[in-house]
Amino acid sequence: MIAWLAGRIVTLLVTTLAASVLVFFVLEILPGDPAQLILGVNAREDTLAALRAQLGLDRPILTRYATWIGRFFLGDFGVSYTYGVPVRELIVDRLAVSLPLALMAITLSTAIALPVGVFAAARRGRAADVMTMGAAQVGVSVPNFWLGLLFILFFSVKLGWFPASGFAGWDKGIWAGFRSLLLPALALALPQAAILARVTRSAVLETLGEDYVRTARAKGLTRSAALWRHAAPNALIPVVTIIGLQFSFLLAGTIIIENVFTLPGLGRLIFQAIAQRDLIVVEGLVTLLAFTVILVNFLVDLVYAAIDPRLRTGAPA
Amino acid sequence: MSAAARAARRGLRSGNFAVGGALTLVFVAMAALSFVWTPYEPTAIAILKKLQGPSAAHLLGTDAFGRDVFSMIMAGARNSIGVALVAVAVGAGFGVPLGALAAARGGAIDNLVMRSTDLAFAFPALLSAVIITAIAGPGAINAMIAIGIFNIPVFARLTRGSAMSLWRRDYVLAARCAGRGDLAITIDHILPNLMAVLIVQATIQFALAIVAEAGLSYVGLGVQPPAPSWGKMLNDAQTYIYQAPYLAIFPGLAITLCVLGLNLLGDGLRDWLDPRIRRER
Repeated sequence: MIAWLAGRIVTLLVTTLAASVLVFFVLEILPGDPAQLILGVNAREDTLAALRAQLGLDRPILTRYATWIGRFFLGDFGVSYTYGVPVRELIVDRLAVSLPLALMAITLSTAIALPVGVFAAARRGRAADVMTMGAAQVGVSVPNFWLGLLFILFFSVKLGWFPASGFAGWDKGIWAGFRSLLLPALALALPQAAILARVTRSAVLETLGEDYVRTARAKGLTRSAALWRHAAPNALIPVVTIIGLQFSFLLAGTIIIENVFTLPGLGRLIFQAIAQRDLIVVEGLVTLLAFTVILVNFLVDLVYAAIDPRLRTGAPA
Repeated sequence: MSAAARAARRGLRSGNFAVGGALTLVFVAMAALSFVWTPYEPTAIAILKKLQGPSAAHLLGTDAFGRDVFSMIMAGARNSIGVALVAVAVGAGFGVPLGALAAARGGAIDNLVMRSTDLAFAFPALLSAVIITAIAGPGAINAMIAIGIFNIPVFARLTRGSAMSLWRRDYVLAARCAGRGDLAITIDHILPNLMAVLIVQATIQFALAIVAEAGLSYVGLGVQPPAPSWGKMLNDAQTYIYQAPYLAIFPGLAITLCVLGLNLLGDGLRDWLDPRIRRER
């Protein structure tokens, strides 16, 4: 168990390191001189050189990478070229919007999908099943940013229940912030919930056919007790995998959704940083996001091991 | 399950195929037709006719420049389908050979290919596509490349996984005994047996690419104006959401129906082409 865990942690670190190399070198070889962008096209050559030296851009790329990644793992992502503030501060500021948004979305998605999926599986082949799965098929096909637009159209423009865009801020109270995130979170969550409901349904259908469910029924458990106590928990593995995968999708989805609702989150930060060739911000942010995805996959593996001990030892499942 | 329920399920399945195929065909036909005919010129500005609701003259109304929305949706289909087609071709074109190579050779090559796909999956596809197009410059070509790159690991993994099990089959062993090399076996025996799985996956990736393209052009990184695109139309619609809500409806409906068609087609194809991977549904 310890060896298994150590192996997983080494893989986690190596993949993160590889991701950081990829991000750093791909972004650095791209055209666009940050010094030139900051000072404008009319800047004198000696001023440019001075700024490059100040930003450390005159040093060899390998040295810069080594310094950057060394500090990265200590939580120091460098200083933004354009804002002059630590990248970490910029990220933490924006996380106050993006993180609650992503968490709300994944919570909503799971809370909707699991009961719907189990319900459909229990009613397999009947009208309720066909209807929920038909709805899920449509839900899978709706792009989340259009759903966001429809929500704005209906709840903000027609009914006036929610602000059409912008973020109220947490300092005006939890409810104000929550209210400005609810529609975007729902727009992100529904298409994901549709996917998850389908996965849950087929996973539960599979376990419902297992011998232990028949045994449970034979020993006198009611249909629903067998379903909830035996079939549903055993269906969790594929469901947890998809939730893990969806997290990565949600991170990317927030970028577009933040544009729809003009929320000051990480997505907006990335767009601004790219437009201003503030590469150090882009590098730090993208590497951090990749690390988050890798970390979530690692956690999913841990959850597997907790759910199914056979996976820990590599014994045939 | 009763025989009637089973028959109903079969009907639903073939229904998937028929409805999905029909929807996909409609969009492909619209895209093809738009090369030679649209009701109005999709880029023709007629400021006097701006923001008119749907009518007999303009089926889906006109936008803020007086352009005909239906014509723009037709031309947008051409753009969406074109970008998605190239993106999936890039993904399959690189991914399938890589996966086949990994399965055929195993060992270090297999490890390298698999770890590279792990790495690629660490970057949320849409995020990377946004960054690539934002830095390399917006446009249809860069959108194709950016979306295509993240299709490569999907096809590589699928090909490798399915090919691995085929390499253990008796007929492959027989071919090997007959003295055939890895490449010949892959071309004659492995790939033909993977076609069904690959076609199904390509349909699904096609649908995902349509959504990704729409997302990129929504944030202004896809095909550039005046060429119409569904995502860009939605972005423009947001400005006029109070005066002309229908502008926000139709392009989104086009994306949804096109993606729905492809998804249904994928499900239908899966059941039809490959009974072995038929899922319990």
